[in-house]
Amino acid sequence: MSAPTDTLDRRAAVKALLAERGDLLVISGLGSSSYDVFDAGEHASNFYLWGAMGGAAMVGLGLALAQPKRPVLVVTGDGEQLMGIGSLLTIATKQPGNLSIAVLDNGHFGETGMQLSHSGLGARLEVIASGAGIGNVSDIADMAGIERFRASLRDLAGGPRLARIRIAAGEVERALPPRDGTYLKNRFRGHLGFQVK
Amino acid sequence: MDQIAVHQDDATGTDWPVAIYRTLKNFGVAQVSYVPDAGHSKLIKLSHADADIKTTVLTTEEEGVALSAGAWLGGDRAVLLMQSSGVGNCVNMLSLMASCRFPLLTLVTMRGEWAEFNPWQIPMGRATPQAFEIMGTTVLRLENPDDAEEVISAAASLAYDGDQQVAVLISQRMIGRKKWTRETH
Repeated sequence: MSAPTDTLDRRAAVKALLAERGDLLVISGLGSSSYDVFDAGEHASNFYLWGAMGGAAMVGLGLALAQPKRPVLVVTGDGEQLMGIGSLLTIATKQPGNLSIAVLDNGHFGETGMQLSHSGLGARLEVIASGAGIGNVSDIADMAGIERFRASLRDLAGGPRLARIRIAAGEVERALPPRDGTYLKNRFRGHLGFQVK
Repeated sequence: MDQIAVHQDDATGTDWPVAIYRTLKNFGVAQVSYVPDAGHSKLIKLSHADADIKTTVLTTEEEGVALSAGAWLGGDRAVLLMQSSGVGNCVNMLSLMASCRFPLLTLVTMRGEWAEFNPWQIPMGRATPQAFEIMGTTVLRLENPDDAEEVISAAASLAYDGDQQVAVLISQRMIGRKKWTRETH
């Protein structure tokens, strides 16, 4: 078994995924996924995780259940999703139609020096998601696949869905979103029309 | 085949899980997450039966911490139900709540303190208050079934209105002793 050798550029993939985002609510996982989402365009309905390793999909679930009429997209990495692998089972029990998870999979733990991850050693996240009970899964290796996935996000009855997106493992220059968690939270809630205390 | 079967004793006459449920309803709680737990079983059933509460079973406790953060982002108030044995699993995820000042209300049934027969439950039970406190979570105790409404109400105000992380530790004395019997099939 070896690391994926596919070469989708992560920044281009995420930028395409977030094009014409409309009312999409986005949670990004610790590390490069947050830099990718920030790089694609700062937005009040982005909530970047700077910690909480393994928790991105569950933050997405809580949000999706609270906002069933809005599409919710979690953008995270293979390492982050692997740490919270049980959350795929939990999400499947709720079947939130408006929740989508994009796992940027380079087969490596990029934030910590590019060690091979479980997915780089053979684990298939989309197969695991399918086994967990997430019916709508895909394995994306080209921009046409990204485009199809993007078009599906608006279907609030089509989820939960998980896409494994095969990205290149190269280093990308960091683009750092705001780090103040309270600011990000208040901005997000304000965007949804909740009063900030 | 020999099997160990567990039965729960009713510790008190006061229906404190119902009192907790009513208090949570008064605070508009819209999401409940839980890991399986005998002490919370009645509250879990009430929650599942309530169409206005989205009830989520977790594979591990820290999922419920992250779920509570997402719920709040979307305008829902959430409660996490667990047992003291799972509190240690939450320590890292509690930093999410502290960093963003997300409200957290968690109700924890205690093991390892009152008439505990299983020594494996004792270390985490003993460490439970400190495990919360090292992460800045406020710890309240619910010792008496008659105080359920007052204590849960105080905790909910502190959490949802004060943007604090609050754990209510529910005394093992309120849960009742486990009766263990050997059954032969």
